[in-house]
Amino acid sequence: MAAPTKPEYKVIGTRPVRPDGIDKVTGRAQYGADIRQARMIYGKVLRSPHAHANIKRIDTSKAEALEGVKAVVTGADLPQSGDRRSDKSLNVLAADKALYRGHAIAAVAATNPYIADEALKLIEVEYEVLPPVLDVREAMRPDAPVVLDWVRTTSMAGTGEEPTNVAAKGGFNFGDADKGFEECDEIVEGEFKTKMVHQGYIEPQACTAMWNPDGQLTVWTSTQGSFPVRNDTSEILDIPISKVKVVPTEIGGGFGGKIPVYIEPTAALLSKKSGRPVALRLDRTNVFEGTGPTSGTSIKAKIGATKDGKLVAAYADMAYEAGCFPGSSVTLGAMAMFAPYDIEHVKIDTYDVVVNKPHVQDYRAPGAPAAGFAIEQLVDELAEKLHIDPLKLKQMNSSHEGTRGPGGMPFSRIGQEECVEAAMNSEHYKSPLEGPNRGRGVASGFWFNVGLRSSVNISVQPDGTVNLVEGNTDIGGTRASLAMQLAETLGIAYEDVKPMVVDTDAVGYNDVTAGSRTTYATGMAVNKAGLNLIEKMKGLLAAKWSAEPDAVEFASGTFSSGENSASFREAAGIVAGPADATLNATGEVSAGVLVGGGFSTHIVDVEVDPDTGKTQILRYTVVQDAGTAIHPSYVEGQMQGGAVQGIGWALNEEYYYDEEGKMANASFLDYRLPTTLDLPMIETVIVEVPNPTHPFGVRGVGEVSIVPPLGAIANAVYRATGVRQFELPMSPRRVLETTHDLG
Amino acid sequence: MATVRIPGPLREAAGGAELVTASGSTLREVVDDLERQFPGMRERLVEDGAVHSGITLAIGPNQTNDLDAAVADEDEINVLPAISGG
Repeated sequence: MAAPTKPEYKVIGTRPVRPDGIDKVTGRAQYGADIRQARMIYGKVLRSPHAHANIKRIDTSKAEALEGVKAVVTGADLPQSGDRRSDKSLNVLAADKALYRGHAIAAVAATNPYIADEALKLIEVEYEVLPPVLDVREAMRPDAPVVLDWVRTTSMAGTGEEPTNVAAKGGFNFGDADKGFEECDEIVEGEFKTKMVHQGYIEPQACTAMWNPDGQLTVWTSTQGSFPVRNDTSEILDIPISKVKVVPTEIGGGFGGKIPVYIEPTAALLSKKSGRPVALRLDRTNVFEGTGPTSGTSIKAKIGATKDGKLVAAYADMAYEAGCFPGSSVTLGAMAMFAPYDIEHVKIDTYDVVVNKPHVQDYRAPGAPAAGFAIEQLVDELAEKLHIDPLKLKQMNSSHEGTRGPGGMPFSRIGQEECVEAAMNSEHYKSPLEGPNRGRGVASGFWFNVGLRSSVNISVQPDGTVNLVEGNTDIGGTRASLAMQLAETLGIAYEDVKPMVVDTDAVGYNDVTAGSRTTYATGMAVNKAGLNLIEKMKGLLAAKWSAEPDAVEFASGTFSSGENSASFREAAGIVAGPADATLNATGEVSAGVLVGGGFSTHIVDVEVDPDTGKTQILRYTVVQDAGTAIHPSYVEGQMQGGAVQGIGWALNEEYYYDEEGKMANASFLDYRLPTTLDLPMIETVIVEVPNPTHPFGVRGVGEVSIVPPLGAIANAVYRATGVRQFELPMSPRRVLETTHDLG
Repeated sequence: MATVRIPGPLREAAGGAELVTASGSTLREVVDDLERQFPGMRERLVEDGAVHSGITLAIGPNQTNDLDAAVADEDEINVLPAISGG
């Protein structure tokens, strides 16, 4: 199916320099740890050495007496209403139970970080150590230690009565899976496991808080969502939202992990107690042990097809670790799992399971990569058994407009078929792969756009340029992608738009920079603001030109009425002179929850060393539907970045726990992220099937590229070794064990 | 009458049906009709006068938790699980 023709744009599709580029490459940009305030002091957090323990007693008196210590706080300093504090509050500072190694127990603020470290050693904590539960399937057993005594299994059908670690049961059921499998000629199945992994953002969490005597709290922080930080801080500290201002700094990566608050309420409490601004910055071990990685998972899956290659039925039993509080991404994983395929009969059971690990957080397309690891291997196995090219099998069964999508609603116009076709036609796929111990794998994946709420302000400056005020932290180049959409709307040059990210007091509410939503949903708000400005200017021009209000037209950046015409800049000069009111406009959207999304298909060639088990990536191509690529270079960057994170997840990354629940590899020396030395250049092919829900056809591009790599590499390793990989990471040790039957 | 796709966990309460029809010009009236047909269904879908916190509703492709949202006879209504985490 050919992609539709894209409208001709002047700005969209070009590759200008990003407005924040020079500051970032010259070191002038202010990140979380760059904030300095007069009389600022330094906070440190004491963390649990145990994965599961009752806290019998905390004595902070010796720490408080240490010279230079200005404040000490524990969970008892956080407000409580009802029987217990909220999960968010308990995660910031524990109450009477430590729920994972690294759980924050207490915090101090001192005149320098070294005194703060010494003070932590003086805090006495008496623990009653309990057996930890660390594996998702073990945690589901009726005789497993219960992590939280208030958890009952919830589902649409009701709430259970007994304490359990299974916090939620859910699922989807379309058609009749049992009947569907009876119609199949080939059925393949397997059980797939993935380990907990971290987003691996390079900048650790860092914030500074100043609680003024007048009750006004200001928080400078590295976050994906200044407004959610404001809301959560307000809720945890039980103070009005109007008393909290959050100033977002530049952010050195987030990938979903910098949405929740971990340190901001603690820094605020320390500031309140000390009367000083408090800086609180995590180190890498803190980040691994004390923030939110993504779930370890166990997925039992089955899929069947007719002998001519029609996928008929699928089933999955998906259990995801939630960490120490309920709330994993298992439902999203279930919704994404079969989305690339048009399958009539689907049944999925999901389980959200509490374990003694950090509470999980979003990680780029949360829940979907593990699901892809399972389904993409099974589809590959079917292709082999049916003697059909794996991409051909995908093409034959691709989702398309009208296919029942995640949750049951039909897809609008999507680009899965176009992505598979582009992969089949790519130079990579047409090139032969030769040599021993080498294999080629392919996989597809889907991820949503979350729409949510966005708000922007625009104002025309005296020289005809336009300030764009927005509230979404810029992680992946969204200052540029939003400015380009405004420039396109107004018919002006990209350089004539000046985008700026401001604090929570300076713009209307904006949801997080996450869920592939900012260029999509905030782009809709920007377009709306631009259209509102044009309408306002048409009315003002009509008065100046003595024309009827509806007689002024706007097209291609020019206002016209009869013999009168003016470019945007000229029009601004006419209607916003020294005696006229300033030209401003706003744009706001509430763009829904899960509102479409995008597909991606990957091709990878690997070589597996039969002696060491090491897998080398020889060549890698990402094909992805961007809807409309606003800034193609940034789209390509997202495609490459997601693929690289997926490669790390596939081959090396894992939280390696000992039996007591201690992470044994909580540093970048031992937690093996891929580097440039491990990778070839990631090739990209942008497909553009415009999204009908967006004025410029944008699809979010930030996440879907991490979904296919796990399955694609597993399929390539299988082709290279003849052995299927059912567990991640496919580290040299695991590949050796499985290929030499050493398990 | 609108078509309502019943999610797996609620099918037992709907006599095992995946698709049912229900009358009503708003989501609230559709829920009322579902309750008439399948007693006990309302408490699965609505709590304290609002859409249950564990689910979200969609009329065609449009998700909404507004029980007064208009429903047409040709609409398909989906009951989706609320997203936790993610």
